[in-house]
Amino acid sequence: MPLFTVLAVVVALAVFMLLRIPNIEYLFVAGYTIVQYIVLATAWNILGGYCGYVNFGSAAFFAMGAYSTVALATFGNQIDEMVPESLAPFFHLIFPLPIPVLIVFGGIVSGIVGFGTGYLTLRLRGAFFAIATLALSVVLATLVVNWDFVGGSGGAYVVRPGEFPLLGSYVQYLFLLMLALAVIAVVAARTIERSRLGYGFAAIRDDELAAEASGVPTLRLKLVATTLSGALMGMAGAPFPYYIGYLQPAGVFGLEYAVNSIAMPLIGGTTSWIGPVIGTILLGTLQQVTTVTISSAVNVLIVGVLLIAFVIIAPNGIVGLVQDHLRARRQK
Amino acid sequence: MDFPIDLLINAIVAGLLLGGFYAAVTAGISISFGMLDIVNIAHPGFIILGSYIAYFFNINYHVDPIFTCLVLSPVFYVFGTFIYQVYYLSFERRGQQSLRGLAFFFGLLFVTEVVLLLVFGVDYRYVEASYIGPSIHYGILDLPLRMLVPCIGSLLVFGGLQLFIGRTFTGRAVLAVSQDQLALQLMAADPIRIKRIAFGISIAVAAMAGAFLIIIQPVEPSVGREYIGRVFAICVLGGLGSMPGTLIAAMMLGVIESITATFYGPSWAPAVSFGVLLLTLAFRPSGLLGR
Amino acid sequence: MTALLHVDNISKRFGGFVALDGITLDVQPGERLGLIGPNGSGKSTLVNCICGTLQNEQGSVHFDGHTMDGLAAHERTHRGLSRSFQLPRPFPSLTLAENLRIPMLYTVHKRSGTPLHADNIEARCAELLQMVGLEKKARHLPRDLTQVEMRKLELARAMAAEPKLLIADESMAGLSHSEIEDILVLLMRLNESGITIILIEHIMAAVMSFSQRLAVLVSGKKIADGKPEDVVRDPDVVRAYLGQ
Repeated sequence: MPLFTVLAVVVALAVFMLLRIPNIEYLFVAGYTIVQYIVLATAWNILGGYCGYVNFGSAAFFAMGAYSTVALATFGNQIDEMVPESLAPFFHLIFPLPIPVLIVFGGIVSGIVGFGTGYLTLRLRGAFFAIATLALSVVLATLVVNWDFVGGSGGAYVVRPGEFPLLGSYVQYLFLLMLALAVIAVVAARTIERSRLGYGFAAIRDDELAAEASGVPTLRLKLVATTLSGALMGMAGAPFPYYIGYLQPAGVFGLEYAVNSIAMPLIGGTTSWIGPVIGTILLGTLQQVTTVTISSAVNVLIVGVLLIAFVIIAPNGIVGLVQDHLRARRQK
Repeated sequence: MDFPIDLLINAIVAGLLLGGFYAAVTAGISISFGMLDIVNIAHPGFIILGSYIAYFFNINYHVDPIFTCLVLSPVFYVFGTFIYQVYYLSFERRGQQSLRGLAFFFGLLFVTEVVLLLVFGVDYRYVEASYIGPSIHYGILDLPLRMLVPCIGSLLVFGGLQLFIGRTFTGRAVLAVSQDQLALQLMAADPIRIKRIAFGISIAVAAMAGAFLIIIQPVEPSVGREYIGRVFAICVLGGLGSMPGTLIAAMMLGVIESITATFYGPSWAPAVSFGVLLLTLAFRPSGLLGR
Repeated sequence: MTALLHVDNISKRFGGFVALDGITLDVQPGERLGLIGPNGSGKSTLVNCICGTLQNEQGSVHFDGHTMDGLAAHERTHRGLSRSFQLPRPFPSLTLAENLRIPMLYTVHKRSGTPLHADNIEARCAELLQMVGLEKKARHLPRDLTQVEMRKLELARAMAAEPKLLIADESMAGLSHSEIEDILVLLMRLNESGITIILIEHIMAAVMSFSQRLAVLVSGKKIADGKPEDVVRDPDVVRAYLGQ
């Protein structure tokens, strides 16, 4: 287990170092998006691929992370108005919060939302959970749009603290953080996969009734999956306001986060930690290329079409195709 | 401060008219989700598709939107049967409808929205007809025809559907297939064929709802997503598979939304339906008149 | 002697249909109870209510001195109630050995408090598969099994939970004579090691040779309960079920 973690860290650092060689800022900007999706896709897959419960509201969890950052940043700017005089110096000392702390906050907020949604709907059929996550996106978007503290429908500006010492540009720092998060997500997914928890998830996915009869506490495990998945998505969202500078509800609650978090694991393969990674890298790179060469609307169309095609033709994704091929060769 | 009673009454009436329309929008889902157990979240996408097709013929050939969709409903029906066939072969037969079936419909919803975006752009589109604009005044009541006509049309469609399910052999077979597939097979009816017909009908009804939608409000491609919550909220609140329940729930939701919009502002409206849905799922998932 | 399983006047309806109508049943520790009745009489519904897959509306279920009311199915399995499903429900994406692992990881492990070692689990899985004659297919997926083999897997999985009471729901349908014998020998051996067994079957020869006591369910009601040789001569039973 530690071997894999070490390898993952080494690979991540290698990627980072390699990207610094050409010293093109755009590589980090595009790379950030792709690595962010690795986190989202892996997070989605813990609940969707391992447990079999589809979450259409990835955008909501992602956005919760982003908006908790905005709320904290706005609070940081208004300390003197919002906090009693005696406590003000303390808050001035700790604000603005460093991004790793914001990530933790984002994770906690989204984790709680994930737990709450799960608690309300997981005792029902999987389809209801999926619909509830769709509902969640819209409800949260409406709340955000009507809450001026985080910018309302006009959006919120978040100012980057400027250059980051040692590394140079701020984007590179964000990229490094997101890489770290991706390592955490992937290591977590792989650990779960091979553990007792992973078997429990698989049993739930395969036949929930039989799993219950075999002694698997299905509700509890599903809540674990929902909370963990939501928390990871929130963590991925927390640095986003700093990355993008101007956060608009329409952008962050948009459908593309939901579609990508579903398409990338499904196309890559849902049964293993490597599926979301492969799916993200392939689909993410394709999208970056298409957006730049054709248009962003066409890019999103391609994702949708690929999703439908893969779901029909190759339900186990690329990983599944490889596995089938290997099994066929072994049985000859 | 005197309570704005006429505002309230008009809000309620508008809500009821809206509710009638919502019933038609939901009728299709009542069939596909309530009876056939297919979570077709792409349904609102087909409604919007219907709206845009009505728009196209209205703008270019000055055809009445309701007429367009009525004439084209057989096309939508065939389209629906085709989609069900793909769904059945790819997912239902393999027993994988939960995850992959959902992803399939989600993909369809998404692709429909993006294609409409590419073809028609983000601008709001609306149709022109003689009944859009004038209103009937009845004392303090204000009945805009652009809401009254779709409401009446919706209730007709809804009533027609009720008759079909209650009185025809195929209709009753659809009801039967939702309760006991094996028994249906023993009665020498092919359940797959019945389901295909039912799904086709649900998409045809979606097209009609699309015509009504674009009369009531201007549409743009992402409007479909707002309706996902409404449609499932009504379906669940009314009780899956219960047509009368759907109608009551539709009216209720229409009124609640209308009152919220009138007194708290329209920006809260989307949250209302989804909020209702979440509450219903949490506290009374079998709905008002559920099976 | 207090009964291991005490089903007290339970009733269950589905809409207007009454599936179970005031069923009372006792099973003594170590007993071999046979449960028979026509299709649709409520046998599987009874099993579902006992095991917690369904909740009965009236009455209660007591197991091992504790009430089971309100307990989820997985908690009842932890207490020692295990069942096989009439229509086999294997975990399709897991190998046979992994299928048996689930109850071991989640029931036996839970009960014993100390985690089972990986080799221990592997050995137990192999042992169970051998008992039902499926050891050669340990690494296969359920879709490679015949119907008969799936029933055996179903039984093995129920056994993997190391229950105090095992309910075998029509495990023998479609088996050949010698295969039925094998299952009966297996169940007998389990019983001798202390496991109480409820056998639900249509194959009368098997039921008669196995059961110490026989209960008959017809249209949701229990119409007979006693020694097998007495029950099969009961005119109500003959009329409702055996005379068919």
